[in-house]
Parts: sequence; structure tokens; C-alpha cells
Amino acid sequence: MTTAVPMTPRIALVTSDPVFAHGVDLTAVLIVVVKVLLAFGLLLVSVILMIWFERKLISDMQNRIGPNRAGPWGLLQTLADGTKLLLKEDLLPERADRVVYRLAPFLAAIPAFLIFTIVPIGGAVHILGHTTLLQVADPPIGILFLLAMSGVGVYGLMLAGWASGSKYPLLGAVRASAQMVSYEAALGLSVVAVVLVTGSLTTSGIVGSQAPHVWNWNVIRLGIVPFVVFLIAATAELNRPPFDLAEGDSELVGGFHTEYTSWLFSMFYLAEFMNTISWSAIMVTLFFGGPDGPVFHVPVLNFLMPIAWFAVKTFAFLFLYVWFRAALPRFRYDQLMNLGWRYLIPISLGWLLVVAGFQISLAVGAATFGAAVLVALVLPRAFAVGKARHEESGGHDFDRVGG
Amino acid sequence: MGALDALKGFKVTFKQIFEPRVTSSYPDEKRPKPPRFHGRHVLNRYEDGMEKCIGCELCAGVCPADCIYVRGADNPPDHPVSPGERYGFVYEINYLRCIHCDLCVEACPTQAITESKLFEFSFTDRNDAIYTKAELVVRDDGKPQQLPWEDWREGDDLLTSGWMRATSPAGVADQEGRRHWSGELGYGSRAPERGQSGLDPAEASPSLELRKEEAAKIPVRFGGRAR
Repeated sequence: MTTAVPMTPRIALVTSDPVFAHGVDLTAVLIVVVKVLLAFGLLLVSVILMIWFERKLISDMQNRIGPNRAGPWGLLQTLADGTKLLLKEDLLPERADRVVYRLAPFLAAIPAFLIFTIVPIGGAVHILGHTTLLQVADPPIGILFLLAMSGVGVYGLMLAGWASGSKYPLLGAVRASAQMVSYEAALGLSVVAVVLVTGSLTTSGIVGSQAPHVWNWNVIRLGIVPFVVFLIAATAELNRPPFDLAEGDSELVGGFHTEYTSWLFSMFYLAEFMNTISWSAIMVTLFFGGPDGPVFHVPVLNFLMPIAWFAVKTFAFLFLYVWFRAALPRFRYDQLMNLGWRYLIPISLGWLLVVAGFQISLAVGAATFGAAVLVALVLPRAFAVGKARHEESGGHDFDRVGG
Repeated sequence: MGALDALKGFKVTFKQIFEPRVTSSYPDEKRPKPPRFHGRHVLNRYEDGMEKCIGCELCAGVCPADCIYVRGADNPPDHPVSPGERYGFVYEINYLRCIHCDLCVEACPTQAITESKLFEFSFTDRNDAIYTKAELVVRDDGKPQQLPWEDWREGDDLLTSGWMRATSPAGVADQEGRRHWSGELGYGSRAPERGQSGLDPAEASPSLELRKEEAAKIPVRFGGRAR
């Protein structure tokens, strides 16, 4: 699916979408505009359904009934809640920084949508004499764009907490940014493994290199480790349970968005769920072959098959996220940092070396793997010895709560 | 404690999806109320229509929340309201104060005041909170009156004239198998309640088995298993 179509260089910087293969004309622009609107609409509808699904599933897992008042099976509950939220008074705390306070929700929500724009949700389609990919944008630097957007998303939370002029939001924001920055390292390292094997930074290239067999999917090709690291890091990146310290309802009231009301609050809520969907879609793209899957030939509806595969895979991750929330208690702050810095980063770094070794040759790969196993065995022992000595000498651990 | 123990939570939560629900869909359906439920009061009458209240004010005296106001008066000789010498001329209960402790019911020498099972009476005017005698006294058929803001459901108005001692009679801690209910108009005396001795442990503590049993009583459309 990699596009080797000649393009004007300026456009190629932004997108490698074949719709611009013959230059920019009105139809091509219209197609792109329609794609943007469709993607945005799709994401919004998915968010509405996701919120409903999460509430319904979590109540199923907790032996409750969940929303069942608005619409059939409570399907319209999100709409009802959203309408109520929009009708509420828009409060601005007295000590808030006016401009930043209003800017922050957009900084959170817009990157969440932009991440989704680079996800291929199906193969190429032909429309009005043009060929276009079923993704809004396919920048040659797709993966870098993804990492950049997840980095910008942190600003939304950070600035929201800071601009609120209140202590709980500030604490939540500090937690959120520290957590997201720490986990971004592990996240990036596991993405590097993907890029290393596929040799492409575009999402369409990554998806293309994973076709056509299940055995070729990155989750298997890379060994399951980068995927697991990515899954954990992405969960932390999303501030979803069990890494939802930034919200920490029981200790921080609501975290960075404590002071927010009405429309601006709904932006944060939207951002949170858009991110959940976007990152699930990204995981499908990076590790599970995107829209790739066995295609049964049905006339006319053939192009829907990849979309269906993509939807099913993404849904599986959404289910998993809700399941995480039901099954796992929230991490303590030091546990979170321990997991990120002491386990995920070394593991993903080591695994990256092993993957790189196998890229060179089987022998080098095997040797790297052996070395990695050796280090993995020796390192915990070294930690234990060091810790024992530290305690013998009457040393004190750092304040676990205050960090 | 193995590494896989962390995954047990996933199994437990997943299993719950297929377990029945025991949540009651409250405004749509109501659970049966316990026999000793303390709801809003009723002023009872004898079978000949005479009021039981004799205006002695013991209820007002014992009320810890000071919510009852009673004034007694001599029975008019031609049209006596109660069988005795005096009757309750004014009888008012302020439900913004009442704590439903049932001490008035225990204090009453003629079992005139008892508590019904009605607790859903959301008045929207503070004046409606004060129930007067005209509102408290039972109808000719012995059933409580329904005021516009009261949400009586079927069966709520039954068995409202009996009362039970809240505390055990002196020296007898064990009330198992004893009749403690006063006789009731049209119902007689209720059967003694079952105690807790000899209770099956599974029945005594909430468990999955009990939940299944409960679920069997709840209709499917509310998440239960009863068809």
C-alpha cells in the first residue's frame, strides 16, 4: 500500500495522499475537506458511543445496570449529559489566568483529533476519478507527528492545571505532565522498534508492510514485548486507569480539570475519550496490521471489509481499556514512576537492541538476545545487593509520597 | 502470590458480566418493605368507626423531636368521637421534624397511632409538612388516606394498624418465636418473626448464591432472572 506516486514536493511534505498525484484541483480539495469532516464526525460519534459503552460495560463488570433511562439501553445518555453540560454556567475562577485557562481545553482536544487523522481506517478508494486513502492525512513523518501531538497534548493538561489558580488542579497537572513525560520515553522506544522493522515513518507504509499475513503483524514480528510496553505506556499517556493519578478523584477532587465547568470541561472530557479511541486506533495501526485481515469477496461492499477489520480491532482495545479500569486499582505515584523508569524504559531499550541485532543478521540478533537475557538476570540481583547495602548503612529511602 | 495473581482481577470482573443483577429499578418497581417499616403515621379507628385517640398527649410528651402537637377535649355527649371520656381534638404531626423513631407508637395506651409503610411523600410546600388530624385518621375501611403528593403503591396501605415493641421486654433478650405484634384491624395478629439462630451461613451473609436467589425474583427487563 506504500505510495510511490510522483507528487509535487511541497504537497509531499504534508501528505503522500494519492489524491494529489495530479496536482491540486478543486475536486481533490473538496475530497480532503469531506474526509476531514467525515473523520471528525466519525470520531465524535465514536466518542458518544464509547462513553456510553464504557459506562455500560464497567457497570456490567461491577454488577450494576448502568445508564438505562435516556433512549434504548441508555444510548442517548451521553447526549443528555452533554446537553446539560453545555447549558451550565461557564465559570472562570477569580485567580485563573484568563487566556491560558480558555486555551488549555483546546490544546488538549485538538491534538487528540489530529492523532486520529493519520490513522488509516481502510484501503484506497476510487471516487470522482480520484484515488484516495481512507485516512485524512498521510504525512511522510506520520510517526513523528504522532509523538509530537501526544507531546502537545501534555500542554493542555499542564496549562489547565496551572491556569486554574487552584492547588488541586496544579497537583493534578504536575502529576499528569511528569507521568506523561516519563512514559513517552518507553512509548517512543517501542515505536522505534516498529519503525526499525517496517522502515517507514508513514502510517500507510507501516500498515502496508504488515500485510498480508497475520504472522507479519508487528505484534508477532517484533516479539510481543514492544506491544506490551506500548500498551502500558499508552495507557499512562491517556491518563486512564490504572494510571489515572492525574485525576485521582479521591485525593485531587478531579485533577487538572477541577475548576472547569460547562463547555470547557466538556472539551477535556471529549479530549480524553478522543484520545482513548485515537490511541487504540494507533495501536491497531502499529502492531495489528491496521485494516488488514482476511477479505471475503462480497461485490460492491468489498471496500467495507478493511474498515470492518479496523473497527473490530479498535473495539477490542476499547474493551480492554474499560476492562483495565474495572480490574486494576490505581497505582501509587512512586509505583508509577518505578514501573516507567525502572522497568519499561530498560525493557524497551534492551528489546530495541535485540530487534536491531536481528535486523543485521541472525547471529548478531541471537548474541544480543543472549546478552540482554544475561543483563536482565544480573540487573535485579545488582539492585537487590545495592538496596541491602543501602539499608545496612542505615540509609533512608526518599519520601515515597512526596517523591 | 505469583505474577499471574495480578491477572485474577480480570477474570473476576469479566465473569461479572454474565452474572445476574440485583439492582432494583427503584421508581419503576419497588421491593417489598420489611414488616417493621416506619413510615408516615396513621390515626386508627375502632371497627364501629370511633377514633382510638383519647387526647392523652403521651405521644407528644415522649416525642424526642417535638413534632407532635395534641390537644384533648371532652367528648360531646350526643356525638362521642372516641369511646372514652376525652378525644383528640387537635392532632398534628410535623414531618419536617419527625424522625420516625416510633416512640409515640410505643407510648400510645390505645394503639391509636401506628406507622404505615409510606415514606414517599415529597410535599413541595412547608405547610403540607404538617399533617393534621383530618389527614392522619384512617378512612372508614381502615385504610390510610392518600394525599395528592403521596406515592402509595399496591400493598403499602395494608397492615398499617399494628405495632411492635421496638425494645425487648425487660429480662427477655431473646424474642425469637414470640408474638410481639399488637392485633390489627382486619388482619389479626401477625405470625412471630423468625430469629437468626440456626440460620444457614450462606443465608446470613451476602454471597453469590444469595444474589442468584434474589435475582430470580427480579424481572429480566430490570436485569434479573425472573421471566
